[in-house]
Amino acid sequence: MNCKKCKIKAVIGLPRHNAAFCKPCFNEFVHDQVTRAIKSEHMFGRQDRILVAVSGGKDSLALWDILLKLDYRADALYVDLGIPGYSATSREKVERFAEAIAKPRDATLLIHQVAEEEGAGIRELSQQINRPTCSTCGTIKRYQFNRAAVAHDYDVMATGHNLDDEAARLLGNVLHWQEEYLDKQGPSLPASVEGFAKKVKPLYRLAEREIAAYAVLNKIDYIVEECPMAKGSKMLLYKEALNRLETESPGTKQAFYWGFLDKQAKALHLPLLRPVASREATGSPEQRVPGSGQAQPASASMAEKDRAVLHPCQICQQPTTADICSYCKMMARAKTGATR
Amino acid sequence: MKVQLSHPERQVEIKGPKRVRELLRDLNLVAEAHLVIRGDDLVTEDELLKDDDSVEVRPVISGGSYQ
Repeated sequence: MNCKKCKIKAVIGLPRHNAAFCKPCFNEFVHDQVTRAIKSEHMFGRQDRILVAVSGGKDSLALWDILLKLDYRADALYVDLGIPGYSATSREKVERFAEAIAKPRDATLLIHQVAEEEGAGIRELSQQINRPTCSTCGTIKRYQFNRAAVAHDYDVMATGHNLDDEAARLLGNVLHWQEEYLDKQGPSLPASVEGFAKKVKPLYRLAEREIAAYAVLNKIDYIVEECPMAKGSKMLLYKEALNRLETESPGTKQAFYWGFLDKQAKALHLPLLRPVASREATGSPEQRVPGSGQAQPASASMAEKDRAVLHPCQICQQPTTADICSYCKMMARAKTGATR
Repeated sequence: MKVQLSHPERQVEIKGPKRVRELLRDLNLVAEAHLVIRGDDLVTEDELLKDDDSVEVRPVISGGSYQ
């Protein structure tokens, strides 16, 4: 199998693109896909400060690597969940990457330690509140990443969600007809109210296998072992089903997720511009895209919907639809559970 | 050939020569969810693996909650 561009021996075949690439051309392909995602979804510009959510896995470290190589201003936050035998290894991978790749490019690593602020590791916390570990982990990470992005004045928060993550989540939402979640499935979510960071997913055009290949080819040392808490998760089951379909019929995942995004955009009558906003633009009739200097019509956007239902949490002031946000509720339950 | 597998970590011996595509099929593994690595290099599905090769078949899928 030869590289589609330069005809030398290929290192990876991409059936969904009917292509194969050598290492330099594959790196170019990956960087090009991320650049297309950033520009087409108006994620951020050269002057914006980006906070990358890193876990030590391939997706988040590859994302940090790509953004730095594309000359974006990207720092990162690692949330240490205190999972015995796993968190120490993942943290070490992140710290090594930060020292070797990020530091020479003036990028910084922030660390949040769950056991310090939340009083226990993720396993104990989920036992105290009697909730699945993955859902406890999700609530804590969403809360802490958003809080850090807002507190440290980042323009945008970036996560390593890839095409497989998005397609699997969409499949889960459709299978259970969770229509209320579909609105939030876009790759660029606005900073719709004060206290919410803008959130973007620059890897949504790349399959999980492509990102793993990028990590291997560029010698990014990531944690290969699956998180011990994720065993038997529904996300893994959906991904497995989609990958069986993808192997038999290349292009299935992108047709499913990108097709959904197209339909969503058409439904909003914004064929090319999904709603985006910056924190400064909150409440204004037009919304500025960070770094682009571009103004967009607000229309009946997600930002407006958010503004109608969100207000500050009575305890921590972060935006929530209830009186008290899910994180503060969870922490209150954990305290009660721990003293029982 | 020596084949390193994960989840759980183990090593198996498979008779070569064999193409990567056939190796994955024999191991009942989905190509879209795995990379095959020989030394520092990735190998494509049409690559012929020799009996004295050592390869790692690395799963690429990670899961858990959707954060």
